Amino acid sequence: MTRRPTAIILVIALLIAAAIVPRVIRAQTPPPAPRAAAPIDLTGYWVAYVTEDWRFRMLVPPRGDYRGVPLNAQGRRVADAWDPMADATPGNQCKPYGAAAIMRVPGRLHITWQDDNTLRVDADAGTQTRLFRFAPAVSTVATRSWQGESTARWDQPNRALTVTTKSLLPGYLRRNGVPYSENTKVTEYFDVAPTPGNGQLLVVTAVVDDPTYLARRFIVSSHFKKERDGSKWSPIPCSARW
Amino acid sequence: MLRALVTLGAALVIALLFAASGTLRAESELTGSWAALGSEDLAGDTIPVDYTGLPLNEEGRTRALTYSESQLGMIERQCQGWPAFYFVQGPFGLKIWSDTEPVKGKVVSYTIGAWEDRAPMVIWMDGRPHPSKFAEHTRAGFTTGMWEGNTLVASTTHMQAGFIRKTGPPSSDETTMTTRFYRHDDVLTVLAVIEDAVYLAEPQILTRSFQLSATELSPTGPPCITTFEGTVIGASTPHYNPDKNPFVDEMTKKYGVPREAALGYPETLYPEYRLKMRR
Repeated sequence: MTRRPTAIILVIALLIAAAIVPRVIRAQTPPPAPRAAAPIDLTGYWVAYVTEDWRFRMLVPPRGDYRGVPLNAQGRRVADAWDPMADATPGNQCKPYGAAAIMRVPGRLHITWQDDNTLRVDADAGTQTRLFRFAPAVSTVATRSWQGESTARWDQPNRALTVTTKSLLPGYLRRNGVPYSENTKVTEYFDVAPTPGNGQLLVVTAVVDDPTYLARRFIVSSHFKKERDGSKWSPIPCSARW
Repeated sequence: MLRALVTLGAALVIALLFAASGTLRAESELTGSWAALGSEDLAGDTIPVDYTGLPLNEEGRTRALTYSESQLGMIERQCQGWPAFYFVQGPFGLKIWSDTEPVKGKVVSYTIGAWEDRAPMVIWMDGRPHPSKFAEHTRAGFTTGMWEGNTLVASTTHMQAGFIRKTGPPSSDETTMTTRFYRHDDVLTVLAVIEDAVYLAEPQILTRSFQLSATELSPTGPPCITTFEGTVIGASTPHYNPDKNPFVDEMTKKYGVPREAALGYPETLYPEYRLKMRR
């Protein structure tokens, strides 16, 4: 009879210890660098597989053809006034290659780790580079650019990457002058999936918020096939000719 | 002494289970109303010969070019345009609910509700096997699902032969579809990989995003009821000679799409084709 209380106390003590000790150990251990903590491997060469919106992505649609993009009245005015000749002038040629649209542009991606805290995404279309920084930016004053400033975090439960991009130069959601403004914020989710024949797919869901030109969020998902190597990698500068 | 050791062992097992429970992952909540966004591929079925974005093989292309819209007047062909993949391709939202077994509350199946002509899809989660390949094929097919982490992966077989696009590109009754459901906050992205060795040169891949709806979507049905529309049973099937389809150049005339792209040649789905068009 005297042993039973001792055993019960022992069991309770073990339960408490088992619950607390791993958490204490986890709290004291510095988290691994984002590169080491990656739940999925995004590195490698990926090619856009254009099975959706073919006409809008592979060709230049006519002026005013912005079906599917939830433009507000101001956005429609700007899109309707698109001047293709102006896109050929210096400084304007990269407008269709900005962060809000580059994943939709037919091309290839080369994804590498620039360092333990920065995932680098090169796009051969327009020769663009995006840097997904897991560490906070050092400077609080970001210079606007086509690819803006991107902060990244792993979504461990979903085994995905979440990227938020701001500080963008105004550009085009589609090649025919469908605009996004410098107030745009882009949130992207990167997922991977296996395909038949031991292939891999990259799925990028982009959520574009632009209070200036959009009536509501513009959400599209694009997919890429993984390639064995970079033999088809072919950087081409921004061009007003598609 | 033995009893003490047994007690200690049991305590350790319980303790380990208790500790591990802190790292167990929950599956994503997919049930609810997911609104269509209409931001991708709104077209694709408005021009008779628009096979852009499809990796058709020769058989699939030839068969597609024989299609005449007048076939919809035939009772036995009226529902061919709404196969299982239409929930990814079509303009409708998704209403998803689960059915649970009553004792432990475990999910037995998820159902994606019907919408107009689209049949409901039941995703069985209880580990049941797919039926024999000789079993009945239906428009919705037979679907099983499993969780890979937070992603629901569904496998669909036993679909009736029909269309991979409403304008006639065919899908055979050997077609299979693997679907992945990714939830990120209030956005649900569905990836569908459609395989059909009979009519496709390579798997067709589609992604479509939906937004969680604050208001409930109500599935409407019953899906695709056939009715007499003027073509008597036994009449010849309206069709075109594939070499003489009168709409074959419509995408070229209207949008400047090269004919090989309009006809779904697989090489037109890759970026280098854009460079080829520039030259």
